Amino acid sequence: MLEGFLIGLSAAISPFNLAMVVGGCLIGTFIGMLPGLGPMSIIAIMIPVAITLGDPTAALILLAGVYYGAIFGGSTSSILLNAPGVAGTVATSFDGYPMARRGQAGKALTIAAIASFAGGTLGAVLLMIFAPALSTVALLFHSAEYFALMVVGLSAIAAFAGTGQVAKALMMTILGLVLATVGEGALFNMPRFTMGLMDLQSGISFITLAMAMFALPEALFLVMNPARGAATQSGGSKITNLRITRDEAKAIAPVIGRQSVQGFFIGVLPGAGATIASFLGYAVERNIAKGAEQEEFGKGSVKGLAAPETANNAACTGSFVPLLTLGIPGSGTTAILLGALIALNVTPGPRLMTDEPQVFWAVIISMYIGNLILLILNLPLIPYIAKILAIPRNYLIPFILFFTLMGAYIGQNNATELLILVGLGVLATILRFADYPLAPLLIGFILGTMLEDNFARSMQLYRGLDFILERPMTLALLVLAALLVLLPSYRSRRARKRAEGVADGD
Amino acid sequence: MALDRWIALVFIAFCCVYGYAAFFTMDQLLPPFMQRNPVWPSTFPKILAVLGVIVGLIVLFGLEQPAEAKEKSATDINIANLREYKLGQAGLLLLAMVLYALALRPFGFLLATTLFLTGGALVLGERKLHILIPVALIAAGAVWYLVEEVLGIFLRPLPGFL
Repeated sequence: MLEGFLIGLSAAISPFNLAMVVGGCLIGTFIGMLPGLGPMSIIAIMIPVAITLGDPTAALILLAGVYYGAIFGGSTSSILLNAPGVAGTVATSFDGYPMARRGQAGKALTIAAIASFAGGTLGAVLLMIFAPALSTVALLFHSAEYFALMVVGLSAIAAFAGTGQVAKALMMTILGLVLATVGEGALFNMPRFTMGLMDLQSGISFITLAMAMFALPEALFLVMNPARGAATQSGGSKITNLRITRDEAKAIAPVIGRQSVQGFFIGVLPGAGATIASFLGYAVERNIAKGAEQEEFGKGSVKGLAAPETANNAACTGSFVPLLTLGIPGSGTTAILLGALIALNVTPGPRLMTDEPQVFWAVIISMYIGNLILLILNLPLIPYIAKILAIPRNYLIPFILFFTLMGAYIGQNNATELLILVGLGVLATILRFADYPLAPLLIGFILGTMLEDNFARSMQLYRGLDFILERPMTLALLVLAALLVLLPSYRSRRARKRAEGVADGD
Repeated sequence: MALDRWIALVFIAFCCVYGYAAFFTMDQLLPPFMQRNPVWPSTFPKILAVLGVIVGLIVLFGLEQPAEAKEKSATDINIANLREYKLGQAGLLLLAMVLYALALRPFGFLLATTLFLTGGALVLGERKLHILIPVALIAAGAVWYLVEEVLGIFLRPLPGFL
């Protein structure tokens, strides 16, 4: 491990890669603050830039920096304006915004920065311990297990979508898988479902899909409902006095310790991720706080601010575990990162550590550096960066739309791609109106090719579906996937029957 | 019928078309040597089509117990407020995006982008053209410079006839 650590250190510490971390964190913070552009959209916009770099290490470092920066920027707008730019920082606004209104905006930002730093750093330590162990196990996996593992991942993402939403999330996953079958796959060398259109020959570009699913609907909602971005008009509170007291530091230290570990493991689970980690972290800390401290939650408690901030950053780090060790993304953001890696000719998975250790370790080292930069560089700059929140929305929205278009255009250099983007964007907006979750669609789309690939390979090896029965691990994983999907509805059904006083006869 | 069920219905229809293509149109084209394979290009799509119809039916008939309705805040997306939403502006911006896609080649990047940014802001109600146009011009120029010179991706800057 030490050897790998040193390889990573030497790769990450090169001036160029350091510049990438700094640049990524700054860009991420800037854009993450804007309402309407979450980490997924920002990373999607940055992908063409990362691909042009050519070096996968530098590209991944840049994108990871952007990811951290975006989460940090999201916390800033949650605290200052009660307008979270990112779903993962909604819980931050519960206590961060009341603090800002009391005139403690500076203090709230400092706590958020320290909590993020600690969460991210402890998360990176855990990642360093667990990822190598997991990838040793993963090396034993065959295509049958990979197929089953991806099915588990997709089911978990649907299962975490919430009660009453599992079927909808599954529907979106299947739609994503269907979209992935369009075009000429490497597997069969024949075009499928292109309807004779040349533009569909190479399939749908995942950047276009990511933009259409996340950036475009969010921008359209900002247009349709001015209340959503209204906070941008007010300019925000004054940021003064960034210092925290010794007592406050003592109060948040145990919270940070607990939430780093909890957040990390939630982040590792597919489908859970920063949003769930932050809400759960907030709820847990509120429950274990005593008396007056519990009363304080929601009214500007330092613990209530530190908990979600630590948890969401630790979860971001945790979500890299399945990506780097199994090559299976657990969240929309890591799915986009996976797409970027594939475009750069790096296949994440258990072999990544042995084949390209410099990529693996440089990413981990850059996580430490990125967290440090967010703490020492961004914090003093925040009062100035926050000025971006004062940009009038008449200017902001056309620019968001323009960057969305550019993101799709630069990658393909094809104007038809823009028409596909607008079409899919309208579709995504309608789906959002009907409460369909869109992250499963994107993850299904990105995993679709790999899923079919591994399925076909196991079918060929075992001349049929026998692989399910002959490999116990595969069977166990598939059963797990089925349980994940069925359990939520079974439990709610039971609860309902019990509420009605009907025996359910089991 | 609520919008999500309409979508499920459309999705089922889509899966049927997709399934029809997978079940009945793909296999004749298969060369004989590939027919001996246990997996065909149509295998996976067939499975997806069947699963899609099943899941679509579950959503359509509401077989899954819906969650208790959450209180939606003013900033949440809510179909009930659709009439209050500025659909006209959103539609015009979408139209502007389509026009931009069509204009990008013949008009060149700089002109098309400037027009798009100016037009977008005008749709949203901006009237200070003396600020807006210079901002749009500078932004278009800066992005062009970054993409072309720094990233090395070719973008035709000027109209085709120049």
